[in-house]
Amino acid sequence: MNVINQIELAAVFLILVGTIASFLSAIGFIRLPDLYTRAHALSKGSTMGVLFILVGTFFFFFIDGYFSIRLFLGILFVFLTAPVSAHVIVRAAYRSNVPLAKESVRDDLKEVLQEEVYNHK
Amino acid sequence: MKKPNDVIIRSVSKVAVVIILTFAINLFISGHHNPGGGFIGGLAFSSALILLFLSFDIETVRKNIPLDFKILAAVGVLISVSTGGGSMLFDVPFLTQAYGYFNLPIFGKTELATAVIFDIGVALAVIGTSITIILTIGDDR
Repeated sequence: MNVINQIELAAVFLILVGTIASFLSAIGFIRLPDLYTRAHALSKGSTMGVLFILVGTFFFFFIDGYFSIRLFLGILFVFLTAPVSAHVIVRAAYRSNVPLAKESVRDDLKEVLQEEVYNHK
Repeated sequence: MKKPNDVIIRSVSKVAVVIILTFAINLFISGHHNPGGGFIGGLAFSSALILLFLSFDIETVRKNIPLDFKILAAVGVLISVSTGGGSMLFDVPFLTQAYGYFNLPIFGKTELATAVIFDIGVALAVIGTSITIILTIGDDR
């Protein structure tokens, strides 16, 4: 087995890991009870899945001597923006009073927000 | 009026806008030999501007980009039509394109085509039209 085949094997392995991570995040989306835990599963799991798939694709084309700057930029961009989009969605959901799961025990943000409203009236 | 508390989205969109603008220009440049071109480049460019409009407010962005986008669209159409008409000056049919190889100081041997100027017109028209649509829907005045 020569070196090129080993890099190709690593690329395939990365893509497999990414697919599994995406699948697990989809399962988390179905199984978890409320919006916040679902956003937790989806944002982290699918970001990691997409990142691994993109890195694997990057390596796969890198063997042929093709340095894809678009893939590199895409990796950077997904890594930068996907957590922020999850943050914005969860924040909008909390501000429009989406209830937490029944199992949750404490809600620190509620007191802070009430204090903010109290201070501005 | 509550003070807006959106540090994260503002600071991330500052970085993201730079990446989107770079990618838009890359799409625009690569349109001759790869997927891309004036239309998709213009749309990517205007999506960066729309991200700015979303994360900051319209008045701030307007003050920093003092550009009438209706005029921008008109200028784009004018550029496209005049590149088409310019070919008639050289006794060839309307919209005939020409290209040639030039030795530029930094880039070396580059292929320059008049289709790029047509594409600049298309991109400006697309940017102007889409931003005008978004601004007229989003504005209260």
